[in-house]
Amino acid sequence: MSRGNAPRRRTLLERLSRFELRGFGAAGRARNAPYVLLVLALLLFPILDSDSSQVNVAAVAGVWILLALGLNIVVGYAGLLDLGYAAFFAIGSYSFAILASGQFNIHISFWILLPLSAFIAAIFGVLLGAPTLRLRGDYLAIVTLGFGEIVPRVFRNATPITGGVNGIVGIDQPKLPPILGWNGNFGFNPVPYYYLILVIIIVSIFLINNLRNSRLGRAWMAIREDEVAAAATGINTVTTKLLAFALGASFSGFAGTYYASKLFLVVPESFSFQAVSVVVLVMVVLGGMGNMRGVIVGAILIYFIQTYLLIQLPGWITSATAALNIDFLTKLDVGGYVQRSNYLIFGIILAGIMLLRPQGLIPSAQRKVELELGTTDEAVSDLGSA
Amino acid sequence: MRFFVEQLTFGLTNGAIYALIALGYTMVYGIIELINFAHGDIFTVGGFFGLTVIGLIGLDRAPAILLLPGLVLVFAVAMGLNGLLGVVIERVAYRPLRNAPRLAPLITAVGMSFVLEGILFLLKGPNQVSYPNLLPAGSINLGFASVGTAAVLIVLIAIALMVALSQFIRRTRIGRAMRATAQDRDAARLMGININRTIAITFFIGSALAAAGGIIYGFYFQTIAFDVGFRAGLVAFTAAVFGGIGNVVGAAIGGFVIGVIIALISGYFQGGAQWSDVVVFSILILTLVFRPTGLLGMRVPEK
Repeated sequence: MSRGNAPRRRTLLERLSRFELRGFGAAGRARNAPYVLLVLALLLFPILDSDSSQVNVAAVAGVWILLALGLNIVVGYAGLLDLGYAAFFAIGSYSFAILASGQFNIHISFWILLPLSAFIAAIFGVLLGAPTLRLRGDYLAIVTLGFGEIVPRVFRNATPITGGVNGIVGIDQPKLPPILGWNGNFGFNPVPYYYLILVIIIVSIFLINNLRNSRLGRAWMAIREDEVAAAATGINTVTTKLLAFALGASFSGFAGTYYASKLFLVVPESFSFQAVSVVVLVMVVLGGMGNMRGVIVGAILIYFIQTYLLIQLPGWITSATAALNIDFLTKLDVGGYVQRSNYLIFGIILAGIMLLRPQGLIPSAQRKVELELGTTDEAVSDLGSA
Repeated sequence: MRFFVEQLTFGLTNGAIYALIALGYTMVYGIIELINFAHGDIFTVGGFFGLTVIGLIGLDRAPAILLLPGLVLVFAVAMGLNGLLGVVIERVAYRPLRNAPRLAPLITAVGMSFVLEGILFLLKGPNQVSYPNLLPAGSINLGFASVGTAAVLIVLIAIALMVALSQFIRRTRIGRAMRATAQDRDAARLMGININRTIAITFFIGSALAAAGGIIYGFYFQTIAFDVGFRAGLVAFTAAVFGGIGNVVGAAIGGFVIGVIIALISGYFQGGAQWSDVVVFSILILTLVFRPTGLLGMRVPEK
């Protein structure tokens, strides 16, 4: 590990000096300043939003960012196509819902179940991955797709345990000891949820970043580039892939627990291929596979398109056509078409990005700099990939 | 006995549809080793092409004497159009990525699946669209049970198409080129085979067969919707894997077997219909894990 870190530090120093040359002032702070400012802004955001409606949106959007970060490990770093990501999300949600609700009158604490259900999801990831990761890469895609279809159906059909079509309602919500005049109950107040997901995401970013730069992370990228060559250098490809797959699954399970407690209910319909697996894949592919910043931007963009643009746009178009008195357009129901266009948009993004810009919207700029400076450590791997 | 025959007929009819879709998966996989995720939706589009042609020539209101030539026309036009669609998709989405890392064409295929589904969703809306049943309504009495004429016809049409396909692959020059390309693309190119054209023809045939499946689906269930191809495609893919991916006869057998399995589970178990998909997708996973070459499959080397 130390060998891997040494050239990176040098790169950083050189980059810092570049910033200084450009006149950014105190170098170290200048580099981190945008991120510190961003985190500060995110921390202060709930104070500015008086009725907390935007905080609520952000608290749910955070789930998708977490999902995208997790899938990025599988698809972006290890190069494995997981089309059943929703299954682990569902497993996390239902594990929490069953163990912390009136369903069986079991009420285990959220803080225990959060890691536990991530662990359960990871176990399912290992159970599914262990036999299939030996197969060809594209078989994994179809096996995960099948698994992603099986899990929600099982939850829908196993009515005595999962509540069937109606799902489980009245899921417990997290509690903290009272602090600073706040009683510590999350309840339906989005603000504590917002801070919770913010903390989870920031911790995840640090964690994944360290993983990526670790021996394991480099092994993932080696496998993605050339599995045979990676195996020849002594990497145990099956174990390494399995770790990526299980880690991705645990992120999904983690997100599922949070999601279930935030929404207060789980229903099998929210875990379909179209509602989750593909959406997260679009986020990762659009933002840039293998680049965390890109993936986060991709997640926010897609979430915005799906929950805001496609819902608001039809209304705007309808009122615009009505105001302009364009009769034939009103009859054409443009708004309805817009609202139904999400599948088409997702499809165009997936195919279009792969054909025209496989590195995604935000290709890893950091690696470009590294390349320019001649430290080829990890850099080449990202250019040719995907 | 009567119930068993009913379920068996239902299973074989569904199986015929799955088999027609599975042929496309298996042919494309055999020749370029791509899981064409869009194939299920190509099937749906084919069904809608058929519906459009029926509406255009007014076949659902035509006198009985014109029915047979009309049906032939519907199948021919829809299959041709759908074949062209398959060729266009291959040309636009898959060919540029033929030498790219494996992940790229797979993700593109998922994308094309959503493009097709999205277009149908836009044009046809979220609801079921009713489909005329132009197949004869009667039934054939076997003594111990009776079998619908439509079911018999469907299975016969499907088998006829399959036999035609296998003869085409076995006997014609193009068929030989397809087999050669599947075996070793570079060697085939050196032998003077036009690889691009051969792959395009494979997509044409696969998509045309899917269109036949789509029309039959419409006739049989008298309804079609923009997203029926997703589930049907996954079931058909299971059939292709079960029979041995890359193997045309295997896909046909797999389709019928899976169709019958679904029908028997739905018929004989309480609430079986809800669980049949779980069973089918479990078969998919178990086949891939324990016998990835399927019943009759060729050996697929890891690349």
